[in-house]
Amino acid sequence: MGTGTDTRISDNGRIVTSLDRIRCLSIIAHIDHGKSTLADRLLEMTGAVDPRDMRAQYLDTMDLERERGITIKAQNVRLEWNGYIVNLIDTPGHVDFGYEVSRSLAACEGVVLLVDASQGIEAQTLANCYLAMESDLTIVAALNKIDLPAAEPDKRAQEIERVLGIPAGDVLRISAKTGAGVRELLDAIVDRIPAPKGDPDAPLQALMFDSIYDAYRGVVSSVRVFNGVLRSGARLRYVNAQRDHDAEEIGVRLPVLTPVATLGPGEVGYLIAGIKDVGEAKVGETVTDAARRAEALAGYREPKPMVFCGLYPVEGDEYADLREALERLRLNDSSFTYEPETSGALGFGFRCGFLGLLHMEIVRERLEREYNLSLVASSPNVEYRLQLTDGSTEVVDNPSSMPTPQQIEAIEEPYVRTTILTPTEFVGTLMELSQQRRGEMEKMEYLSEDRVELVYVLPLAEIVLDFFDQMKSRTRGYASLDYEPVGYRRSDLVKVDVLLNATPVDAFSAIVHRDRAYEYGKKMTSKLRQLIPRQLFDVPIQAAIGGRIIARETVKAKRKDVLAKCYGGDISRKRKLLERQKEGKKKMKQIGRVEVPQEAFVAALRLDE
Amino acid sequence: MPFGVPFGVYVHIPFCASRCDYCDFATWTDRDHLIDDYVSACVTDLARRRASGLPIATSVFFGGGTPSLLAAEQLTRILDAIERADGAEVTVECNPDSVDAAKLGAYRRAGVDRLSFGVQSMVPHVLASLGRTHDPANVRRAVDLARDAGFARVSVDLIYGTPGESPDDWQRSLDGALALGVDHVSAYALTVEPATALGRQVAAGAPAPDDDLQADAYLRADTVFAAAGLDWYEISNWARPGEACRHNELYWTGGQYVGIGCAAHGHTGGRRWWNVRTPERYIAAISGDTPAVAGSEVLDPEMRAEENFSLALRMRTGAVAGARSAAVVSELAEQGLLERGRLEGDGERIVLTRRGRLLASDLTARLLLAGAASPDSAPAPGHPPSLALGTIEC
Ligand SMILES: Nc1nc2c(ncn2[C@@H]2O[C@H](COP(=O)(O)OP(=O)(O)OP(=O)(O)O)[C@@H](O)[C@H]2O)c(=O)[nH]1
Ligand SMILES: C[S@@+](CC[C@H](N)C(=O)[O-])C[C@H]1O[C@@H](n2cnc3c(N)ncnc32)[C@H](O)[C@@H]1O
Ligand code: SF4
Ligand SMILES: [Mg+2]
Repeated sequence: MGTGTDTRISDNGRIVTSLDRIRCLSIIAHIDHGKSTLADRLLEMTGAVDPRDMRAQYLDTMDLERERGITIKAQNVRLEWNGYIVNLIDTPGHVDFGYEVSRSLAACEGVVLLVDASQGIEAQTLANCYLAMESDLTIVAALNKIDLPAAEPDKRAQEIERVLGIPAGDVLRISAKTGAGVRELLDAIVDRIPAPKGDPDAPLQALMFDSIYDAYRGVVSSVRVFNGVLRSGARLRYVNAQRDHDAEEIGVRLPVLTPVATLGPGEVGYLIAGIKDVGEAKVGETVTDAARRAEALAGYREPKPMVFCGLYPVEGDEYADLREALERLRLNDSSFTYEPETSGALGFGFRCGFLGLLHMEIVRERLEREYNLSLVASSPNVEYRLQLTDGSTEVVDNPSSMPTPQQIEAIEEPYVRTTILTPTEFVGTLMELSQQRRGEMEKMEYLSEDRVELVYVLPLAEIVLDFFDQMKSRTRGYASLDYEPVGYRRSDLVKVDVLLNATPVDAFSAIVHRDRAYEYGKKMTSKLRQLIPRQLFDVPIQAAIGGRIIARETVKAKRKDVLAKCYGGDISRKRKLLERQKEGKKKMKQIGRVEVPQEAFVAALRLDE
Repeated sequence: MPFGVPFGVYVHIPFCASRCDYCDFATWTDRDHLIDDYVSACVTDLARRRASGLPIATSVFFGGGTPSLLAAEQLTRILDAIERADGAEVTVECNPDSVDAAKLGAYRRAGVDRLSFGVQSMVPHVLASLGRTHDPANVRRAVDLARDAGFARVSVDLIYGTPGESPDDWQRSLDGALALGVDHVSAYALTVEPATALGRQVAAGAPAPDDDLQADAYLRADTVFAAAGLDWYEISNWARPGEACRHNELYWTGGQYVGIGCAAHGHTGGRRWWNVRTPERYIAAISGDTPAVAGSEVLDPEMRAEENFSLALRMRTGAVAGARSAAVVSELAEQGLLERGRLEGDGERIVLTRRGRLLASDLTARLLLAGAASPDSAPAPGHPPSLALGTIEC
């Protein structure tokens, strides 16, 4: 570990690191621009991680993060550099995890804004930089990946100056991969980012900016102290929760969790207070002394789920396991919601809300791997607001609970302001795509002679459907997108039901724009025709809006099943076959008179993915 | 010996000249050197069983594999070791390729009274795609030899729904089989078994048999056979009156039998049991005087009742459905899938219709789930239910 900081980790009682020796910052950037790789170099150069223990994206510890090569969860670490304490937070770049960035920023005085020197500014570069500006943080901009042949640092620096108003001359040039320029960046962090302010003698005020659940230790919270001193063993008041807890252990992440006696103003560390329920240690909580209370700091707005789907165990008897897994996972990710839901097709499950599609995918994958479940998800949808003919209003996040068309006066759906950054050559195709998807252009601006910013307002449902994939494929991956909610708007939406032998199958109901209803109906009916096993009678599969059929297919009656031949008196074998058939039948979902194995529904929903 | 309680002996002969593409039976094409020892083992097995009180056989069935691959003396050595009732039925499964006049004559003299030929098809290209080695002419010759040797009871096995078999091809096989003058036919839908050449081809993308075409083929067979005087008595079996295979009927009526040879199954004293699977292990077990039986099961009354019900439903005589399934019985009767007969005990006798037979597995499962087989109405373990032998009027 480092050299002569006047930190006194073990010094019981007295104050702590002097404020001007502390810097708190987050690394922010568009996805994949190299934040975690930069964090690696910083861990290395400051001696926090032994070179022998180093591995790429050291702070990405979750299996899923390592496999996908992306950061999902912000991570903080305390470094020492030239006698300074540097509290660093590596943040995720993906749009779904924007809330991780905003809460990280609340613990900092500055940011390092990384921009890939070959890609230039992209959608989350803008979004995250604006977040930092709104919070009045000092921005240290750096062009990364200058080792790449395609890097154009001069041009990109100009772009940064023009678009973000940061003087090109102030933009550092680094390679997080080779380490070039990283020392200079560390020096710039110390020079340019202001020291924290705070009064060690004031009552304790610490902001909880993260909480995770550890099976052995309970809730482990990340805190930034603003005023006063957080002491190990102290009786604490959680202001918003209005509960008192004992600080069982406080410490710093070096990145190894290392207990300390005190954390003073400007310091970032962890707090364990014997809490088993993350609900009592919510992100945004203010921690103060039980005996000497301070006011709450400005918290966060809790992120609101925007995308919803049903999650069901493939095996019905795993319902209780799923519930427990959801409870436990939520301890580490409070940004998704769930509530019980029953589906005729899929049985017992949960309606879950997520921040976006990636978030949905990740929660589901974590449930499957970390809790050993096999799940099926219904198609994602957004939340609708209805005005009913009787004058009341209703919010619907599940298409199958939509009232009949006769009861609905109007439907509103969420819209988002979508910022697309693209090379000039793709402007035409993106405008076409946005218009097809009911977008309204708000702005088009040239960021440089070859890069354009397009701003559209369009229904979130279109993004959830396939806008992102379409955009990526039309631009060979060169365009990027960010969006933010801008409220609800009235749309000409209809609910399309899918009926099996005249009985609706809830899992396949969808709310779509009237112009796309037929397409959806056609797609679902033909898909189901392939998957629904033949019955003893013909089974019509229909798509309908209200009572009106818009598409139809038929599963012809089954005429023959297995006529097992005789194996010289082997009746046991026959009986086992029959047992299996009986078991299979028992497990069948009964949709009216039609028997459908759950797998058929599962397959139909999987094909969607 | 008088013809008493039915009791069967099944002898498994696990040797074939070549393996047909669809076949996953316990049979081997490279172990002819074991035949002598195997025959001896069967004889020893029988001797030991006789010593510990084997009932007198009312039927014997040599199945395979290809029993006719054995030299006549080998097969008759085994048969001689079985004590039989007067008029006992003795069947040998034969491959048309592996019979000659001398062999069939020897069978006849030793007491064999029934032959079952694996014919499968009477159309060369269908035989070829099944991987069979004989042609329709061999079949004709084999059946003629059987007649000459004095066999009145001859049966043929057919397979329908081979990919590439047209409705006309099937009609030719039906006509061809009937032209042989047989009094019994078994017709099976080609089943794709995973561990076979066919199974691998289908897994690799070759066409699988088509259920609808197989259904058509079945209905056509049923019509053609009935017109020729062969009525169905079990889903896959048709016979002239009195010519049903009594041994196979034992299987379907919960009757008792022993299994001799590897992979053979037996049902005695309320227990279903089976022998070790390979000829080597069977020979080793018998010569080492260790049990050749590899496993067994005793069914609880409920399972026993369900088994009896499902087997009975495969037959022309039908099954008695307990009162609890009345609603499902009515529904299926309305759909023309079964016929209701007279009331018996606390249920009524039901028989599958032609269309119903094609859906036997599904319908059986449905009826069982509805409570068609109640343990109270089950016959005592080990005793064939009332509809056993002799009650079939075709
Ligand atoms: N050539 C080169 N590659 C780099 C450099 N920095 C990062 N990379 C590569 O860029 C990819 C993304 O790097 P990360 O550090 O995971 O990016 P990130 O910004 O943390 O990504 P998210 O956390 O998902 O937003 C990885 O393949 C890195 O190896 C660099 O300076 N030069
Ligand atoms: C054990 S074989 C004995 C007959 C003799 N080995 C022969 O093939 O000539 C009994 C009958 O089962 C039928 N069989 C075997 N495998 C089958 C399959 N996969 N599908 C349909 N029938 C089959 C054939 O009709 C065969 O004749
Ligand atoms: S069908 Fe008959 S001849 Fe062909 S391999 Fe099977 S048992 Fe042997
Ligand atoms: Mg990262």
